Amino acid sequence: MNVKEIIEFIAALLMLIGAIMAMISAIGIIRFPDVYTRSHAGTKSSTLAVLLTLTGAFLHFAVEQGFYSVRLLLGIVFVFLTAPVAGHLITRAAYSAGVKMADSTVEDELKDVFENREEDKGK
Amino acid sequence: MAFQIVINLIIAVMWMFLSESYTVPSLITGFLFGVLLLLLLRRFLPGGFYLTRVFKAIKLILIFFKEMVMSNIDMIKYIYSPRPIREPGIFEYPLELKTNWEITLLTSLISLTPGTLSIAISNDKTKLYIHAMNIESVDEEIKSIKETFEKGIMEVTR
Repeated sequence: MNVKEIIEFIAALLMLIGAIMAMISAIGIIRFPDVYTRSHAGTKSSTLAVLLTLTGAFLHFAVEQGFYSVRLLLGIVFVFLTAPVAGHLITRAAYSAGVKMADSTVEDELKDVFENREEDKGK
Repeated sequence: MAFQIVINLIIAVMWMFLSESYTVPSLITGFLFGVLLLLLLRRFLPGGFYLTRVFKAIKLILIFFKEMVMSNIDMIKYIYSPRPIREPGIFEYPLELKTNWEITLLTSLISLTPGTLSIAISNDKTKLYIHAMNIESVDEEIKSIKETFEKGIMEVTR
């Protein structure tokens, strides 16, 4: 077993783990009770899934064809930059629109702040 | 920091002109000599030697990747545990960072680390509101993790 085969095996493994992470993320989106916990699953797991899959594809093409695709690396960087911001914006918009949190929610320190903000706008 | 990098590049180009070989290896040699010169002259430059900051930034990135993997392992535990009820909640986090891009970096890091998701920033940029998966047990632990992140960002930027 030479180095090339080992790297190909690692690439295949990375892609497999990435696919499994994407599936776990999808199950999480179905199972969790409210928007906020769902976007936990949507932000973290799917980011890592995309990262692992693209890294696997990069390794595969680098070893198999000697082609170093910088576009894949840039894709990883852009996903890392945009995914947390998208999660932040979606949860923030949901909170502003008054989406209810799950019944098991313990603490909500943002509530007073938002109510005060509404009052300020009223004045 | 950017000023020191520019000086280092100028020294590298000067080295290329002095040795009259316009190749990448001579550029790298000149760059290494520039690092040596800046190390000697670090007392006269504002803000300290810049490579220490570069190393701190690399360390922050490594910590971040570790936290990323840990958060996904946590996620798997949450998703596959038979008990559906955790104790989610929103808590308030006092910010010490000042500039906008530092705060943006911190919110992104928080969103991708275990059990936390940043929701909103207060209007005066002193408080961050974070949604946590399990607010009872993790609150103190999360605080310590974020202290490491916030400290790391401060070491890089200041």
